[in-house]
Amino acid sequence: MNIVVCIKRVPATDTRIKVGADGTSIDETQVESIISPYDEFAVEAALQLKEAAGAGEVTVVSLGPAETTKELRTCLAMGADKAVLLKDGDAAKRDAQTTAAALAACISGLNADLVLCGKQAVDRDQGQVGTLLAAKLGLPCVTEIKKLEVADGKATVERAGDGGTTETWNVTLPAVLTTTKGLNEPRYAGLKGIMAAKKKPIEEVDAALDDAHITVKSLELPPPRREGRIIGEGPDAVDELMRLLREEAKVL
Amino acid sequence: MAGDILVVAEHSDGAVKRPSLEALTCAAGLAGSLGGSVTALVAGPGAADAASACGAHGAAKVLTLDVDVADTNAWAAAVAGVATEASPALVLFSHTARGKDLAPRVAGKLDRPLASDCTELSVDGGAVVARRPVYAGKALVNVSASGTLLATLRPNAVPATENAAAGETSAADVKAPEKGLGAVLAEIVAAASEKIELTEAAVVVSGGRGLKEAANFNLVEDLAAALGGAVGASRAVVDAGWRPHTEQVGQTGKTVSPNLYIAIAISGAIQHLAGMRTSNYIVAINKDPEAPIFKVADYGIVGDAFEVVPRLTEAVKAAAAAG
Ligand SMILES: Cc1cc2nc3c(=O)[nH]c(=O)nc-3n(C[C@H](O)[C@H](O)[C@H](O)COP(=O)(O)OP(=O)(O)OC[C@H]3O[C@@H](n4cnc5c(N)ncnc54)[C@H](O)[C@@H]3O)c2cc1C
Repeated sequence: MNIVVCIKRVPATDTRIKVGADGTSIDETQVESIISPYDEFAVEAALQLKEAAGAGEVTVVSLGPAETTKELRTCLAMGADKAVLLKDGDAAKRDAQTTAAALAACISGLNADLVLCGKQAVDRDQGQVGTLLAAKLGLPCVTEIKKLEVADGKATVERAGDGGTTETWNVTLPAVLTTTKGLNEPRYAGLKGIMAAKKKPIEEVDAALDDAHITVKSLELPPPRREGRIIGEGPDAVDELMRLLREEAKVL
Repeated sequence: MAGDILVVAEHSDGAVKRPSLEALTCAAGLAGSLGGSVTALVAGPGAADAASACGAHGAAKVLTLDVDVADTNAWAAAVAGVATEASPALVLFSHTARGKDLAPRVAGKLDRPLASDCTELSVDGGAVVARRPVYAGKALVNVSASGTLLATLRPNAVPATENAAAGETSAADVKAPEKGLGAVLAEIVAAASEKIELTEAAVVVSGGRGLKEAANFNLVEDLAAALGGAVGASRAVVDAGWRPHTEQVGQTGKTVSPNLYIAIAISGAIQHLAGMRTSNYIVAINKDPEAPIFKVADYGIVGDAFEVVPRLTEAVKAAAAAG
């Protein structure tokens, strides 16, 4: 099976965000980058499918700055076979639609049986690229899967529905699936993998993005929360808490 | 028309869900500034019964879509069909399990931009401006587009209010234009007990690693039940297998914004705070006075959860009994 995984380079989740000089993006100096955590589930799922089948190829694709080779190299070290970097010099042009278009243009030539994406990238938190990509490729799509089985050209997947329900979907391949926590435990790249990754190919292509369809007018930090307040110690503080919840917060 | 708004309203058997009432209320306010009107789109069994609640919350018109709501792709196609005809300023969804799956499908069909999980929508110079958290709420962006914008509205971000000026609503049927594409919903398994959706709950009670073992989560469950709230968890306890992944609050879990959030034996790591810091009121119970959770807690109690929480649960029950 030919599996394509889309990943994104994002700031580490413990990053303290500062507004950049342009007022519409963050200050990226001294920001450490990681593979967006939901994408790691997609990489792991692809590797498990390939290992179970004993055949096939896993290609990792990313749209991002030239430095994204670091994240792609990590995927190769985990066990992916090759990677494609769609180099994008102008981050301002990158929105969900232009990203999906660039990924679709690349993936349509890769003859994929299955395309996996994380359910959302933890920078812009939009949760749309997988679905838009499926629309552009004309493929079925199921989002936020937490269980995946593939047999005979079909996938059976589970996702959380409304009100604590679990939905099971039967999907004809090729398809685009987006992954969430619970699907698997992403592996760490071992030393052997890291060495092997050095010899694996990363193809670099210049991504020609259209202008973004959505305009970011401004980026700002959220208003600070009220100062925290300790109202007491031990179970005896419960009476005061009840009074405050009733009279001040009026939430009871 | 250019100033009109379509709202995709969710309901179960005709009872409109609260996040959809919030979306309708929000849309009614915007339509006022845009000089347009609000049309609600309802689908599924009992859709006709949803019309009056949609009207009371600001819809001037209600369209019932004759689609199988289990087929999200067909549902999206029906919404896209209406939007193409109407060319509205805004197509608004709720950021619910269904809404966040449906909205990008509609965006794909229309090839229009979508602002996900918005906490505020406004009108500036005749255009809709969507305010949405990024980096798990560590920053906010204000975005706009020329032409039709799609948006999903975060539950609990805008209060639902009935619109005194609600006029007549008229209903019309729309037929599904296409069948879904290669993905078929085979089965829905309900949870052991009907659960309040974490992201939609007005009260969330979360527990962390300080509870020491899975069985002790009964403290959290009892307090949540007494408050009519949902149960949440830190990543540490989800990773330990004490609680399901669907209950994780934080940057790589759910973002919640309830009226009241109670954090029990949770330290307050930056990734956890990202998922709950916009809650209206935060209560923290932790034995370590230096725990970072106290920096965001409106009401902190330094103490042992095993002593404080049962006392609090009793007090809440007693208050409820006293009416
Ligand atoms: C990429 C990434 C993503 C992450 N995403 C998330 C996320 O989405 N959500 C999330 O929650 N975390 C997330 N984390 C993990 C986060 O960094 C913390 O490790 C985690 O939140 C800690 O959980 P905790 O507060 O339950 O446990 P701890 O940090 O161990 O805190 C336990 C607390 O319990 C208190 N305690 C102990 N005993 C008692 C008692 N008897 N009574 C009262 N208090 C007591 C202690 O004082 C302590 O403060 C992420 C981390 C990474 C690297």
